[in-house]
Amino acid sequence: MFSFSDIMAEALALILNWDRNLSEIVILSLRVTLTAVLLSCLIGLPLGALVGAFRFPGRALVTVVLNALMGLPPVVVGLFVYLMLSASGPFGPLQLLYTPAAMIIAQTILVTPIVAALTKQVVEDLHGEYAEQFASMGLRAYQRVTALLWDARYSLMTVALAGFGRAVAEVGAVLIVGGNINHVTRVMTTTIALETSKGNLELALALGVLLLVIALLVNAVVMALRASAVRAAYA
Amino acid sequence: MRDTVMDMTPAKVATQDSLLAARDLCFHAGGKRLIDKVSVAIPEGRRTLVMGANGAGKSLLLRLLHGLLPATSGQILWQGAAPDDRARRTQAMVFQRPVMLRRSVLANLNFALSVHGVRGAERAEQAARALDMAGLSDLARHPARVLSGGEQQRLALARALICQPRLLFLDEPTSSLDPASTQRIEDLINAAHGRGVTIVMITHDMGQARRMGDEVIFLHAGQVAESGPIDQVLGHPKSEAARAWTQGRLYTSSTS
Amino acid sequence: MLRRHLFSLAAGAALALGLSGTVQAQDQFIVVQSTTSTQNSGLFDHLLPIFRDRTGIEVRVVAVGTGQAINNAMNGDGDVLFVHAKASEEKFVAEGHGLQRSDVMYNDFILVGPSADPAGIAGTKDIAAALTKIAEVGAPFASRGDDSGTHKAELKLWKEAGVDAAAASGAWYRETGSGMGATLNTGTAMGAYVLTDRATWISFGNKGEHQIAVEGDNRLFNQYGIILVNPEKHANVKAEAGQTFIDWILSTEGQQAIADYKIDGQQLFFPNAEG
Repeated sequence: MFSFSDIMAEALALILNWDRNLSEIVILSLRVTLTAVLLSCLIGLPLGALVGAFRFPGRALVTVVLNALMGLPPVVVGLFVYLMLSASGPFGPLQLLYTPAAMIIAQTILVTPIVAALTKQVVEDLHGEYAEQFASMGLRAYQRVTALLWDARYSLMTVALAGFGRAVAEVGAVLIVGGNINHVTRVMTTTIALETSKGNLELALALGVLLLVIALLVNAVVMALRASAVRAAYA
Repeated sequence: MRDTVMDMTPAKVATQDSLLAARDLCFHAGGKRLIDKVSVAIPEGRRTLVMGANGAGKSLLLRLLHGLLPATSGQILWQGAAPDDRARRTQAMVFQRPVMLRRSVLANLNFALSVHGVRGAERAEQAARALDMAGLSDLARHPARVLSGGEQQRLALARALICQPRLLFLDEPTSSLDPASTQRIEDLINAAHGRGVTIVMITHDMGQARRMGDEVIFLHAGQVAESGPIDQVLGHPKSEAARAWTQGRLYTSSTS
Repeated sequence: MLRRHLFSLAAGAALALGLSGTVQAQDQFIVVQSTTSTQNSGLFDHLLPIFRDRTGIEVRVVAVGTGQAINNAMNGDGDVLFVHAKASEEKFVAEGHGLQRSDVMYNDFILVGPSADPAGIAGTKDIAAALTKIAEVGAPFASRGDDSGTHKAELKLWKEAGVDAAAASGAWYRETGSGMGATLNTGTAMGAYVLTDRATWISFGNKGEHQIAVEGDNRLFNQYGIILVNPEKHANVKAEAGQTFIDWILSTEGQQAIADYKIDGQQLFFPNAEG
């Protein structure tokens, strides 16, 4: 159908002819996803650390559930959030439907299990190493959690990036709760879906390439931050 | 400091005068009695060694005394009463392999101080002093994990001592170190002892035992075979197990 | 440690920024539930700026399948319903979800198909005959199969032709369960005939080898209707602003704006409001 070079040429043209519309879409995508990842980390990091570092009845069940929730279908989450935020739903009066806030909520629900489950694994592995030392020092629960989270910070950066990847790439949830409204809730993935449905496949693919480039940049920035932190430790 | 040398045969143990004591301590696991009715008394301010063949239960005993493991039965007494969290916090332990946090040397020390509620300028001052004493000032900002074995163990020791514990447990702290590092560690331990810290240490090394021991508890197959002042036990061992050990022989007996 | 505090501060600021932008300045706006085909034709991009200049009201269009649009409106998640499924719209009003239904405009459906024309129907003016032929030959046909206005119109036509297409589902009758664009993508890729509205086809970017096979039969007439969601059922409905929009669409100016919308010089929608 189209050649790889056609698509790359179209992607390059997109970037060179960068207009306000494109800015709007890209900025909204990043705003929604980064906020969702931040919120997911605020919830998921301590949650994962608690499950990873402590024994309690039902721990195995919690682990299984968290791991399973990593596979939540975005469109199902979108549907659920829509029903909650709908004018006929319990949170209707908040008037959050078809706003970026609704999209952030949906993506947070998607990403939190990923952050929690992966954090739990990272912390569990680390905790095995530190358990006796921590017990010897008589650490309280919150001291253990903060110590483990900080010590695992490099692995946790990767966990956050995994969450970011999941959120920036999904379309099912944000489409339903955002409504893909022009200039209001249209993000990169919903634009790609829209252009595809209009048959503008080359444009859709070019936007896809752009999305990948942006995701790459975000990853690169995080890795650079990490490298500079490691270097500073030797100063 | 009172001179609390006593005739510590297994049958009579005076626990009232000791800082830390165990009475009829038992630990069962996997159907085996790994610690079998052990009664010991750790006198305050002295250096008590725990010795014995591999598998005798030395590490296990230390962990039970420090509260890292729950005993199956028996009592542990701290100054004559059951130890609470506060009492446990005045104890510290150095493990055979040092456990380093994934942070700088200085951050490791700061961590220990923070846990005890020391912050700000006072924390910086105490940490600097501890670094100095351990000879690690030049390595303050290095990631702790890139230090050599000897340096890491010095850091572990400094970290254990930084909050001024009353009792320090050490589980074969120098068994994987070279003589120079071993010397430095022993100096630090003796310095702490000089400041009044009670020492309980496991060692395999006869030479180290002679250098570093006041009292010794000799374990065999989960029981106390013999205990008493070091010269007495190592010089004139009464039990078959201790005798075999000092002569470099292997001694096993059938126990459950 | 300072670095850690700075990080928390930065994170907090980012969070505040991310969430703050979501509470937008309360410009007057209404939400219109409409269909993807209407959206994709570009009609709204043409009409809405005119309306906004006139009244200062921003119109936010949620474009989904007809069934979903009606359902959303029933839940009160829109102020105005603007779809093309007359029977369902009348039911909507009858059940009290909407105040009143008004005709707005019509466009027509066309049957597109591969240039190879396996059913030999290109150029026919009789849609029923064409569909019968397709069934006879067993030529692939891609249906939306999603209960949309287009889908319902398609089913009506099969009935007129006396063909039980559903029986052949999975064989030559392929139900994509998708919107118009997605179904066209599938149809052009598998060389199938597709019933589509003209507006979508003209602006469709992936025609491939397909061309118009059948057009002009007056059974291919596609009527659009507009309804105000009943404010008594849902307190959040912006009845006044919504009615302003409806009144404008039905006014001479609105109707003219609809007629003025052309792609490649072709008018896509034909205004037919009463009065």
